[in-house]
Amino acid sequence: MNIVVCVKQIPDPADPGALDPESKTLKRDGKLILDESDSYGVEMALQLVGDSGEVTLVSMAPNGEVSGLRTALAMGAAKAVLVSDDALKGSDALTTAKVLAAAIGKAGEYDLVLAATESSDGYTGVVPEQIAAVLGLPSVTFAKAVSVDGGTVKVDRQTEAGYDEVTCPLPAVVSVTAGVVEPRYPSFKGIMAAKSKPVDQLALADLGIEAANAGWAGAGQEIVEVAAAAQREAGEIIEDDGEAHAKIVDFLSNLKVI
Amino acid sequence: MTLFTEEHDLFRKTLRDFVEREINPHAEEWEQAGTFPAHELFAKLGDLGVLGLTYDPAYGGGGSDYGYVAIMAEEFGRMPCLGVAMAIGVQTDMATPSLHRFGSHELKQKYLAPAIRGEHVAAVGVTEPDAGSDVAGIRTKGVRDGDEWVINGSKTFITSGTQADWVCLLVRTSEEGGSRGISQIIVPTDTPGFQVSGKLDKLGMRSSDTAVLTFDDMRVPVSNTIGEIGRGFQQQMSQFQDERMIAAYQMVGAMEYALERTADYLKQRIAFGQPLMANQHLAYELADLASEVDLLKYYNYHAAAAQTRGDDITRFATVAKLRSARLARRVADVCLQFHGGVGYIGETWTARFFRDTRLWSIGGGADEIMLRTLARMGGFWAE
Ligand SMILES: Cc1cc2nc3c(=O)[nH]c(=O)nc-3n(C[C@H](O)[C@H](O)[C@H](O)COP(=O)(O)OP(=O)(O)OC[C@H]3O[C@@H](n4cnc5c(N)ncnc54)[C@H](O)[C@@H]3O)c2cc1C
Ligand SMILES: Cc1cc2nc3c(=O)[nH]c(=O)nc-3n(C[C@H](O)[C@H](O)[C@H](O)COP(=O)(O)OP(=O)(O)OC[C@H]3O[C@@H](n4cnc5c(N)ncnc54)[C@H](O)[C@@H]3O)c2cc1C
Repeated sequence: MNIVVCVKQIPDPADPGALDPESKTLKRDGKLILDESDSYGVEMALQLVGDSGEVTLVSMAPNGEVSGLRTALAMGAAKAVLVSDDALKGSDALTTAKVLAAAIGKAGEYDLVLAATESSDGYTGVVPEQIAAVLGLPSVTFAKAVSVDGGTVKVDRQTEAGYDEVTCPLPAVVSVTAGVVEPRYPSFKGIMAAKSKPVDQLALADLGIEAANAGWAGAGQEIVEVAAAAQREAGEIIEDDGEAHAKIVDFLSNLKVI
Repeated sequence: MTLFTEEHDLFRKTLRDFVEREINPHAEEWEQAGTFPAHELFAKLGDLGVLGLTYDPAYGGGGSDYGYVAIMAEEFGRMPCLGVAMAIGVQTDMATPSLHRFGSHELKQKYLAPAIRGEHVAAVGVTEPDAGSDVAGIRTKGVRDGDEWVINGSKTFITSGTQADWVCLLVRTSEEGGSRGISQIIVPTDTPGFQVSGKLDKLGMRSSDTAVLTFDDMRVPVSNTIGEIGRGFQQQMSQFQDERMIAAYQMVGAMEYALERTADYLKQRIAFGQPLMANQHLAYELADLASEVDLLKYYNYHAAAAQTRGDDITRFATVAKLRSARLARRVADVCLQFHGGVGYIGETWTARFFRDTRLWSIGGGADEIMLRTLARMGGFWAE
């Protein structure tokens, strides 16, 4: 079984990010790292293929960035496809999905596509479903457990009340939630091996996508304004005069949490 | 000259994540217990491939340069329980270098490979109740009986001694006296006559167990001798160089982490209407210390390059060990001082850091012994 995993490379959340005032989007010119959300997909894929298949990574990122891909290759993925092109600047989620879908087409034979439910920086949470639509594949979201049995994938799909057991024919696109598996640490040997694993770098033209349909030009989405989030209001302090517990109970029942 | 590649950077990040998730959450528990589960932790480190970074891949090693060792040790220096970092250092660079460098193929298969996988916990037994700095004064004795050594004596202050699977033991194996006629012998701790006769209570490094060992007619195959019979003193002196470098590498990470944490604290603690960090005296003192840590860090990297080339690193290791131990004591003192009263309280990291770092002016060759070596090397010496 072969699995393709979409991995997004994002600015390190540990470094304070900045918005570009011109484009009103996140600055992505520094070093990018593997989105932690995607490390779960990578781990899940590695566990599912075991010794009898390959995990291929697919990513779209600016400036030919491969650092995040190297991390996932060091974890054990076999190869990667990276799409990087200046004409992609300003691409919205749908364009991203079209580009990734085309890149998945270059990743060789596959049985399953995994992605994260949402990325850590953009978190629109729509790309995996859009990829499925572009590829004409079934899509299962919010997976908290995934297993493959012959030609079908079984997914425990997280819901507000519990989870649904979903069965779906392969190939399919499944988005996994954070924490579903324990991502392995890239080992020293994995890091060394990743050095020589192939990363296929593609431009838009290689995917047969016109520049006019990508980037700012192709975006059906426009960022009109960026505003600072409202300051959090100070909490209410309840002094214990012997009756504090009653006030706390009232407070919580007003919130309808008890 | 590029010292570090993209792979080195990824390796550093992996270790930082590992320390944060696999070690830091247990630090308090291990400090309280006076020990840590070495077999459990080392198995994970074995999976990471860090217990024999520079060692021969034929035994499971990584065949890496010493830049990776420096990075590993710097990152382990960022633990809030430096005793665990010390015990890992014993495994990677204090108890196994001689075995890797001088041991027979059979001995390496039997003891080095499982140590690299993290299945065996290793200890190094040099110090005795009556011989520490003066290594040539050891009395633990091995008498040959056919194909076996019969060993009697005792060792003290042995790191990981209560849970080790084997000890790289320094033993007097002839009557020549002094530094002659000493051998390094691998002693499995399940050998009859081997006894852990005490676990020592310490000022710091409390997460690491430290043992007194006694040997009573312990029979060990002569084939467990590392390298040449009678060359143990020289081999151990070479092993000490790795030991001193790993301590110096760890100290850099430990000091950088301590200065970062202290800076964070000074920025948020308000006194006289402003953050403490707004006081030039405090800020400059930290900047001054950070500049010295930098010097040491890059000195260390030169040492790592020399280690990779296989040069004699005695001078590098001696200088690095001396300077790092002394600087760590100053850094620990300043960090505690700048925290004020809370810095002196047991549950604040500064108190433990103060106690932990104090070791390195004593263990692995005391400051005075480093000075003795440097005095001799530099011609500052008269008989
Ligand atoms: C105005 C605007 C400008 C942008 N400019 C750029 C740009 O200059 N350069 C650029 O590269 N991107 C750019 N993007 C794309 C953006 O970074 C996201 O990739 C895209 O919008 C998906 O949004 P998301 O992260 O919210 O996806 P989500 O739907 O939250 O992501 C879910 C999952 O889909 C997968 N996925 C999503 N994006 C990618 C990806 N890029 N590669 C691999 N897997 C992925 C991951 O598994 C991810 O966890 C821009 C987006 C917008 C809206
Ligand atoms: C926590 C801890 C862990 C340890 N782990 C190990 C271990 O795993 N394995 C192991 O074998 N040992 C271990 N040791 C022992 C350590 O290496 C010795 O304590 C150290 O080498 C000093 O020896 P000593 O204690 O006998 O001091 P001594 O040799 O008695 O020295 C006492 C003092 O005199 C000074 N001195 C000695 N000779 C001279 C001289 N010629 N000129 C000037 N000053 C001199 C010393 O520097 C020191 O300050 C450990 C020690 C500690 C505290």
